[in-house]
This record gives sequence, C-alpha cells and structure tokens, in this order.
Amino acid sequence: MTLLKASKVSKAFGGLKAVSNFELEINSGDLMGLIGPNGAGKTTVFNLLTGVYEPTDGQIELDGKNIVGLKPYQITQHGIARTFQNIRLFSELTVLDNVKVAYHFHVKYSILEAVSRLGRFHSEEAKIEEQALSLLKVFNLADKRDELAKNLPYGEQRRLEIARAMATKPKLLLLDEPAAGMNPQETQELMKMIRWIRKEFNLTVLLIEHDMSLVMGVCERILVLDYGSVIARGTPTEIRNNPKVIEAYLGEEVPGC
Amino acid sequence: MKVRTKRDIIFVGISVLIYLVGEVLILTGAIPPYLERSIVTVCINIILAASLNLINGITGQFSIGHAGFMAVGAYVSAILTVKFGISFVVAIIAGAAASALLGVLIGLPTLRLSGDYLAIATLGLGEIIRIVILNISYVGGASGLVGIPKDTTFTWAFALMVFSLLFIRNFVESSHGRACIAIRENEIAAEAMGINTTKYKVLAFALGAGFAGVAGALFVHYNYMAHPGSFTFLRSFDILTMVVFGGLGSMTGAVTGAVVLTLLTFFLADIPELRMVIYSVLLIILMLYRPQGLFGNKELSLKMLTRLIGGGRRDAAEGK
Repeated sequence: MTLLKASKVSKAFGGLKAVSNFELEINSGDLMGLIGPNGAGKTTVFNLLTGVYEPTDGQIELDGKNIVGLKPYQITQHGIARTFQNIRLFSELTVLDNVKVAYHFHVKYSILEAVSRLGRFHSEEAKIEEQALSLLKVFNLADKRDELAKNLPYGEQRRLEIARAMATKPKLLLLDEPAAGMNPQETQELMKMIRWIRKEFNLTVLLIEHDMSLVMGVCERILVLDYGSVIARGTPTEIRNNPKVIEAYLGEEVPGC
Repeated sequence: MKVRTKRDIIFVGISVLIYLVGEVLILTGAIPPYLERSIVTVCINIILAASLNLINGITGQFSIGHAGFMAVGAYVSAILTVKFGISFVVAIIAGAAASALLGVLIGLPTLRLSGDYLAIATLGLGEIIRIVILNISYVGGASGLVGIPKDTTFTWAFALMVFSLLFIRNFVESSHGRACIAIRENEIAAEAMGINTTKYKVLAFALGAGFAGVAGALFVHYNYMAHPGSFTFLRSFDILTMVVFGGLGSMTGAVTGAVVLTLLTFFLADIPELRMVIYSVLLIILMLYRPQGLFGNKELSLKMLTRLIGGGRRDAAEGK
C-alpha cells in the first residue's frame, strides 16, 4: 500500500531549481534511503515533505490525502515525524520533558482543566508520563530522564531526537543524517535500532545519510539525487553498480590500487 | 501527580497565613499606611512581572509593551466604575478581558516577528496605546481620569496576586505550558513536534496581557486616578528589569525581582539624588556576575536552598 506519494514535485528559490520533478513512492513498511552529493537537494526534499517549504509545483499525498499547503505541525499531526541534520533538541529541558512535549497534540485536556487541575488533567498527565518513560526505556535513555538534553553525549542526543520524533506516533519517520558525527560502533548500534523500531512500531522510514555502510546495510531501496533530480533508484546492489551514481557520488576505483 | 495538588494546597496555605499576618498588622496599625502602600505596590508588581515572564521568559517572545496592556486594563475598569458605577469585580474582569483581547489582536500580526524586531514592535505598540488614550477626551486626555473609587485594598491585591501566580504556574506546568517552553527552546523543532506555534505564542501573549490588565485595574483603583503618564515605556522597562533581575523563565525569580526592586525603590525614596545611581549599580553588578538573573531559568525550591546552604563547600571542592 502506498503511504507517501510525491509526483512531479519541484522547488525553486528564485532562479535556483533546488529540486525538480521529484518522484517518490513509499509503501507502508519500507525502509528507504536518500543519498547524493552535498547540495543535491536532499534536505530540501525533507523540508518539502514536512511542510517547511511549499513546493512550487507538484503533488504530495499521504495516505491518499493531499498535504501540500499544510503547516509543518499539521503534517506532523497527520503522521510524518522527522529529525534534523543539526540536532534541534529542547536543550534546556530534561530528557523526559523533551519527549513529553512531543505527546502534546495527543493530550486531551483543556487549558481550563490544566489551570484548575481538575477534570482529565491528572489522569492525562499520568498517561503521558508513563508513555514517555516507556519510550525512553526502548531507546535506552530511561536512566537519563532527569538530565538536561544539552548535557547528553552526542550519540545520545541523536537517539533522544529519534525518541522524541517517535512520541508523535508517526506513520512515516524521516531521519536527516542520523549517523552524522557517530563513531563506527555507534553507527552499528543505530542500524540495529532503526531496524528494530521499524519492526516494533510498524513504521515506514526514509533516511538521508552519507555513511555508506549504514545506507547500504540498512536500506532496502535507495534513491539518488544530484542537482535536484533523481538520477537513480533501486536496491543497494543496483545503486552500487550504477555508473551514473558512481560518477556523481560514490566515485570510481582508481585503476591499479 | 498528587504531589502537584499537595504543593498547590501548601502554596495557598502559606499565602493565607501571610495574608492573615499582613491584614492583622495593617488593622492594628503596626504597618503604617505608607508601608501598606508599598506592599500593595509589591503585589501589583508581582502580577506584572509574573505575567511578563510568561511572555518573555517562558514562551521566549521578547515583548516590552507591557505598560500598554496595563493601561488598557486600567482605563477600561476605571471607565466602568466611574462612568457606569459598575462593581469593582466586574470592572477587573472586563479590564482583563479587554487587555487579553487586545493581546490577541496585536499578537497575531506581531508575533510573526522575532527577537529585536518583536521588541521594537511591542515597544511601539505600548506607546501607541498610551498616546491614543492621551487623545481621548472621554477619559480625561492628558489630565487623566479622576474620581476613581479607592476599591483596591491589601486583600484585593493579595488575593489577585495569589490567583495570578497559581494560574500562571499551573498553566506553565501543563502540556500547554510545555508547548510554550518548547517554542522558546526551538521554534522549528516545536513546530515539527506537532505544536501549533502561532496559537501558543498568541495564547501566552494574551494571557500575559490579561494579567497586566488585572494589575492595571488594581493600580488605578488604588490611586484615585488614571493618568497616561503612569503607563510610559519606562514602566514597561521597570517590569522587564524585575523579570530579568530574577531570571528570565523563572516564576519565583519574577516574584523575587518584583519584591526586591519595588522595596528598593521604596527605601531609596529618602535619598532621591542617589536612588537611580544605587539602582543602576546594583543592576550592573548583577549583569556582570550573574547575567542569567538571580535564579537563571530555575525555580527556587527547598531543595535548591538546602543545596546552597549545605552543599556550598562540596560544590567548591568539586570546582563547580
């Protein structure tokens, strides 16, 4: 079943065509990679899918519903969550509160109930706390619940950002360079985690990554962007042997080495 | 969860105790009228500082037009009591509602701005409100609106202060408050987490404005008259100073800032030549040694106090 479908999506900044005629079809349960050289338009694609930018042209459908023109928060409420290339945590908040914030739009008490501490307030807060804690446990952050997010080591900040995105209960998770700045061992653990959350939460994942061991190891299908256009799509093996991709991004083996 | 309710009860209990002591001292004459005046002023300033903190400290939208909202609450309530003879309670509610409504109307367009731009816009709006009032002869124009009944008592000021603090605290410590804090921390991430940032920015702005309106109503009903000169941008800066002094984002900080700076102004009233000098030197020292304000964005709690007293030496040993 098609979860997300982008057809003929283009985005121009003035005279610069950052993305042109972008086509994407993700089925439920897919684990897809988006790769390409710097400046190819990968993050722009993410920003288009999440409503940060509005496409100059084209259609984006989630579950058959058009999502072009919706605000980023509405798109999140429709079921697309994301992480950021440069980590954007709520750094002065605790780890637990970071996750709690993401439950916000599932919370069912009014401001009046919050201020008077009556009605559904206590039961709902207990529910959020419980859900947030169990999510932290899944991501191995439960013992850090009271730390400020800014005090976490880099790898854990990345993990917290994924946990926070998961708290919005998405159907589709977009990961923007989740392994950036991680050492090989952390990347291995991340790969395991991505596979695991996909199975556990029945999730669809689209990720941008420069770390080829991660992309080739974890993604089932790969999309290659260059100068805003898709130059190749296919399985990791196909991509690795695609001459266009080798020329644009992966690089050729130097003869004789 | 029950801890929260327990804390509310303790807070109200302590407040009632302080109120009873204060009221008895005032009734027996142990607190002279001039001191009572400054205590009522402290209560009003606490409402102002706490409400501005909700906008500036909690939601991170740097507004410096608070005196304008105070003026709206002041004049609306005064018109109701003076010209229509309506009761004080209704006047306060109407004043607050008018301020909050104006907060929504002003907030919707201006909260698209951020940082310095928002500060300039709100500064200008505060002045516009004052100048509009200055030119309405119905409310006395430049000579002010006189003949306002002195309805504000220590009881009124104190009760409304406790109500405001409870209201704002409970708001901040809920999912709605967390949404506001998330906007302060990182607006883009907050939006990506499904938070309607515009809605919460305007909401915080309107709530803050509403409580400024309450403070304005209390203020003019204590001073017999409402004068545009009471609501210049200097008052906005006074309120802002209290919030920054206590620490942006800290409720207890805002309260402490309001108490300390109001009383300081009061006690320095005897030496007018040096008043502003001492005041400024104090602020400069604070900014040099504690630029984040007295409490930073943390709340003063018993735990923090015991750590300060008991753990000072250990912290020093650890090189903190």
